[in-house]
Amino acid sequence: MTTIDKTAEVPSARSGDDHVGPLLEVRDLHVEFHTRDGVAKAVNGVNYSVNAGETLAVLGESGSGKSVTAQAVMGILDMPPGRIPQGEIFFRGQDMLKMSYEERRSIRGQKIAMIFQDALSSLNPVLTVGYQLGEMFRVHQGLSKKEARAKAIGLMDQVKIPAAAARVSDYPHQFSGGMRQRIMIAMALALEPDLIIADEPTTALDVTVQAQVMDLLAELQREYNMGLILITHDLGVVADVADKIAVMYAGRIVETSPVHEIYKRPAHPYTKGLLESIPRLDQKGQELFAIKGLPPNLLNVPSGCAFNPRCVMAQDICRTDIPPLRPVTERDGTDLVGRGSACHFWKETIHG
Amino acid sequence: MGRYVARRLLQMIPVFIGTTLLIFLMVYTLPGDPVRGLFGDKGADPATLAAMRHQLGLDQPILVQYWEYMKGIVLHFDFGTQIASGRPVTDVLGDAFPVTLRLAGMAFVIEIVLGLGLGMAAGLRAGRLTDNVVLVLTLLIISIPVFVLGFIVKSVFAFELGWIAPNVSNDATWGELVAPAIVLGSLSLAYVARLTRTTMAENLRSDYMRTAVAKGLPRRRIVGVHLMRNSLIPVITFLGTDLGALMGGAVVTEGLFNVKGIGGTIFESIVRREGTTLVGLVTVLVLVYLFMSLLVDLLYAVLDPRIRYA
Repeated sequence: MTTIDKTAEVPSARSGDDHVGPLLEVRDLHVEFHTRDGVAKAVNGVNYSVNAGETLAVLGESGSGKSVTAQAVMGILDMPPGRIPQGEIFFRGQDMLKMSYEERRSIRGQKIAMIFQDALSSLNPVLTVGYQLGEMFRVHQGLSKKEARAKAIGLMDQVKIPAAAARVSDYPHQFSGGMRQRIMIAMALALEPDLIIADEPTTALDVTVQAQVMDLLAELQREYNMGLILITHDLGVVADVADKIAVMYAGRIVETSPVHEIYKRPAHPYTKGLLESIPRLDQKGQELFAIKGLPPNLLNVPSGCAFNPRCVMAQDICRTDIPPLRPVTERDGTDLVGRGSACHFWKETIHG
Repeated sequence: MGRYVARRLLQMIPVFIGTTLLIFLMVYTLPGDPVRGLFGDKGADPATLAAMRHQLGLDQPILVQYWEYMKGIVLHFDFGTQIASGRPVTDVLGDAFPVTLRLAGMAFVIEIVLGLGLGMAAGLRAGRLTDNVVLVLTLLIISIPVFVLGFIVKSVFAFELGWIAPNVSNDATWGELVAPAIVLGSLSLAYVARLTRTTMAENLRSDYMRTAVAKGLPRRRIVGVHLMRNSLIPVITFLGTDLGALMGGAVVTEGLFNVKGIGGTIFESIVRREGTTLVGLVTVLVLVYLFMSLLVDLLYAVLDPRIRYA
């Protein structure tokens, strides 16, 4: 399988080390969960890479393995039952899966930070937000309680929480949903990490707040020149902020593309189905397209292409051979930079 | 907060009246007669008995007796007089209470240290060997009645091994109280261990624990601050009410080891039909219990910021 190639011109990594190449590179990652009913293969050979200042959007429905991949990168998978039988995760050229617990811990929070979906349950309910923000400085930089508190107020200002100094001693439940998500973002930003993984950061928010939070995230990312992995199932969110997209299905990446091309010409029937299922104003009154069937059971993934039982284009070969992620070209054979599709019939999908 | 405390304190008044009245009525319906009991098997002439009853106020209707008794408590802090010895009940209480307090305190410490320790060990390794060993151990303790456990401890450590004296002397020193305290605290210990284990195992899976790991905090801090701060809330509430129960509920243990505490005195008073003593003691216990539960409720609000009383 090929990794996603660089698509956006980005400035070099801001922290001055001599590592050349992508900030984060995931190679042939497999994750499985050993449950009572059998082995659930949540991630089956995922490859992706992110550069400094670049935004990769990972798209897919629930259970497609997008969050599990991120958790494996972060090192917060529950092991057991989780297991990584195969794969490498390079951060600045070093394989994190081979590091000791302490080495990984020093990367977490400092170099790679994560923003979680549900800020209310992801923040500790019995500690003040000031304490939880300040904890980052106290643990990683050894600051005193007082200094950490001052830093926490600064962070809250930065993510535009009004009256930060007055609210620093409040508890998470005293904030509104949007403000809570800002606190999560502030916590991830605290130590100015190189990479932020945002796991559906706006799913729990209403639409207007979603836009505010996404704008804030994009603005801060530009300011710090961070790499960003945006995990989402919302195609609308992606279009505005992402540089490139990876679409996941049943633990595999089925399509990769620079952000705007995928909307124009999807190269995989699943992506096509996703795009067609977005309600559009100009098609008012017509029946909305929906992908038939259910996401596959990870304990028993269909043979061949995992999407074949739901695919409108499925042929015999789809039920027997697993399609690899192949580069996608124009009709005349010229390369489409950064594009790839794991479909036997990608040509028919993109050009037909 | 102030209004909440005031309301709770006012609520105590009907509870207090209700419990004391019930106890008064129950003691009244018991067969036997404390005045006749004073004379033992010899008996006395009816005129003397009647005179003594009149002197003690026992010839009046029960509700009048109750009224007089409550008046004594509220106006003069007078809990009545023990009929057999003629000592004020407050004196009897003053002798018995420090002993019970010491016993309850020791049992409480044992309960906290061992109960929390076992619970944490099991909760952090849920589903593994340690967890199962603790489960079996605590279930065993919970299923053995206190008097059986007391007898086992007594016969093994006092009679077989001779490590402890079978009975506690009147001084009730700390050393002598270790064995009764272990027996007294064992049941609660098992409950504390189960409760700690369950809340910890549950909170371990919560989202904020995942956040704490993702923040790159050291494991000590993740467990010590983020996990314990949440898991201890129900445990501390249980411990609070249990301290009240330990102070009053030691009748069996105190009887077994001959400890002259509140439990022993209550038992004695029931046997001798000492209504006033009994009501006095139980009244004090009711008050202790009511204040402990108020304290626990207030503590709950301190520990969990999501709870606010208005």
